[in-house]
Amino acid sequence: MELDPLLLSRIQFAFVVSFHAIFPVFTIGLASYIAVLETLYYRSGRPVYLRLSQFWTKVFALVFGMGVVSGIVMSFQFGTNWSIFSYQAANFFGPILSYEVVTAFFLEATFLGVLLFGRNKVPPGAHLFAACMVAVGTFISSFWILAANSWMHTPGGVEIVDGAVTVTSWADAIFNASLPYRFAHMALASFITGGFVVAGVSAWYLLRGRHRKSSLKALKMSLLMLAVATPLQLVVGDLHGLNTLEHQPVKVAAMEGHWETQRGAPLILFAVPDSEAEENHYEIAIPYLGSLILTHSLDGEVQGLKSVPPEDRPPVGIVFWSFRIMVGLGVIFIGVAILGAIQVLRGRLEQSPRLLHVISWMIPLPFVAVLAGWFVTEVGRQPWIIYGVMRASEAVTPSLTGWMVLATLIGYVTVYAIVFTAGIIYLRRVIIAGPPPVPDGEEIESAHAKRPWSAVRDSADEPLAEGRS
Amino acid sequence: MELFDLTLIWIVIIGIGVFMYVLMDGFDLGVGILFPFAPSDQARDDLMNSVAPVWDGNETWLILGGAGLLAAFPMVYAVFLPALYIGVFLLLAGLIFRGVAFEFRFKARNSRHWWDRSFSIGSTVAAFAQGAVVGAYIQGFEVEGFSYVGGAFDWLTPFTVMTGLGVVAGYALLGVTWAILKTEGETRDWGYRMAPRLLAVVMGFFVLVSIWTPLASEHVSERWFGQVSALWAFPVLTVVVAAWVLRKLQQRKDGLPFVGSMALFALFYFGLLASMWPYAVPPEHTFWDAASDPGSQLFLLLGVLFLLPIIIGYTAWSYWVFRGKLRSGEGYGH
Repeated sequence: MELDPLLLSRIQFAFVVSFHAIFPVFTIGLASYIAVLETLYYRSGRPVYLRLSQFWTKVFALVFGMGVVSGIVMSFQFGTNWSIFSYQAANFFGPILSYEVVTAFFLEATFLGVLLFGRNKVPPGAHLFAACMVAVGTFISSFWILAANSWMHTPGGVEIVDGAVTVTSWADAIFNASLPYRFAHMALASFITGGFVVAGVSAWYLLRGRHRKSSLKALKMSLLMLAVATPLQLVVGDLHGLNTLEHQPVKVAAMEGHWETQRGAPLILFAVPDSEAEENHYEIAIPYLGSLILTHSLDGEVQGLKSVPPEDRPPVGIVFWSFRIMVGLGVIFIGVAILGAIQVLRGRLEQSPRLLHVISWMIPLPFVAVLAGWFVTEVGRQPWIIYGVMRASEAVTPSLTGWMVLATLIGYVTVYAIVFTAGIIYLRRVIIAGPPPVPDGEEIESAHAKRPWSAVRDSADEPLAEGRS
Repeated sequence: MELFDLTLIWIVIIGIGVFMYVLMDGFDLGVGILFPFAPSDQARDDLMNSVAPVWDGNETWLILGGAGLLAAFPMVYAVFLPALYIGVFLLLAGLIFRGVAFEFRFKARNSRHWWDRSFSIGSTVAAFAQGAVVGAYIQGFEVEGFSYVGGAFDWLTPFTVMTGLGVVAGYALLGVTWAILKTEGETRDWGYRMAPRLLAVVMGFFVLVSIWTPLASEHVSERWFGQVSALWAFPVLTVVVAAWVLRKLQQRKDGLPFVGSMALFALFYFGLLASMWPYAVPPEHTFWDAASDPGSQLFLLLGVLFLLPIIIGYTAWSYWVFRGKLRSGEGYGH
């Protein structure tokens, strides 16, 4: 069989970027939570906040470490496998990625060192400042990378001179048509992911009667935040969808499974799209609802996939199903978050073990939803690498051979499998150990707490086999 | 635009950025390279803790190097990375294994020795790959248009293997002198035993590279032997600085050998740049051929001129916070 460097490069990029995306989506939300905890501790001096911050900072460090190393890979992928794209888009892409480094990466990396190891070396105010800088850095970073990504979907502010992109307006290129929606959608997704992990772990502790005080505090904080963020995400997601409809109607046609351009289009709930036959099998649909959602009118016209030639269509099945997974999970998130918030307000969280179980099962789901969402938007952009400007097939490095890409693909899968497995094992260990106990009555800090790392570490060092799970 | 040469300014900025990377990740990769030779587990803990708060920031200079090249010299980015495809993978795999080892090692018990290996092998492979990149740069690349057209292993030659090993030795020297600066007792004594030997190895590679490079590159050969030039100051100064480092090691001055080792690297680095000037993608393309659109160079320059001093400021602050000798109880384990 002939090994196709283009196909293998696409698989490799999908793999390394999906693997990488898991980490920042969690750490962006968690960094803000840690900054909030540090602020509360700074202002109130209550040990419960300190302990929570210490515990979640430890989790953060592990996850952030994996995010950093998988992120370094990303910054070289463009050049190794997509050198034509890199070269021709460099006038825009290069400065944007560089701004991400100089405004965000240094900030995060340097202040994380102080956040992790500097509590007893700098004044409390400086330590709080470090926590805030890490949180701010994660947002600045996502702004730039999403500006670059959004530009690939809705390129603006540039003209093509001798085959290469030349920027005519930096404002139009950076604040391109889809950036505001994508950024809001992603920022909320990060808060939701971070929120459900914090809530899930805290619920798990409560069910086992451990760390009651700090867990209850963390669970309440995260559920109230989620009750606001999850419905808001529905609204932002809808706006993002409408923006996509305006600029990338073919992607929306794939998301909805619409082959024909039609008025009064149905909302297809279930179907097996068939690209060969250009139709859906086993379709279950609600008449008119598709037009109503997309155009906010019952007989609005919705563009179908057949409006463009087959070579300009994305793979329909992946986009269609990823979209349903994302939306379905989003609805579940709203339900759980609102139920949880009601129990918080009624003060009956601890009397609802079934709800606590459900919350603890939620931990992996936001990650699935985020990846599904990225699959929708990235696979839905195909066959374009820069929408309407450059095809992925024109972008791949010419000197690559199939076996070279296969070798590195196998290499990355192997390396990431090892790193991810170990990361999960150690994360599990840290979580089983839990935050240091909060003394009753919240007395003044004891000398013990002056060495926060030892407190977490001693119990984290228990061999896995003895872990209570 | 005519008033100043943006491309020249960017050569200076990228040149400084890459040099910062070489110095800063150099010593923490060096600590990893030396890991297996440390006298005890306690010494290994000390070595790792001495770089734990700063390694992440150090490695960020590499990302700046990558992104900055894409921004200012896209041709370098689009030729080097495909040409060094397999080498880049090894570099990244090495950096991954050593990077996660910081967090994982102190959480492992039974598998700790695996993360020791992950840290040392990862660091060594990453250093070797960086050295090979330098060698490949001196060798030059087969280019058509703006694309690399050579084979997958053109970069791997006896010459690049030698430059790779040379950088491993050089980083180890930076690492051991850093260890002398940051530790006490057993670890520092070990550092004083290792450092003179490493200095000898580094000087050996220096002689080897100096003889071999003009043979590997016509351009370098012409540069050095074509006209009587100030370039000869580099090797002379290198010998002087090396002798000074050796003397400071013998006098057991904890801080100065590290300073001297950095000075050696500065001489190697700028000596190399002076030899290769003005070629970005040898043998044909200069930095000016490889440059991006002036509008893009200017747009980024404005931000960088403002931000780089701030970055250097808070980086210096973080080094200040973690200054002095490592004390037990700091960092991860104790």
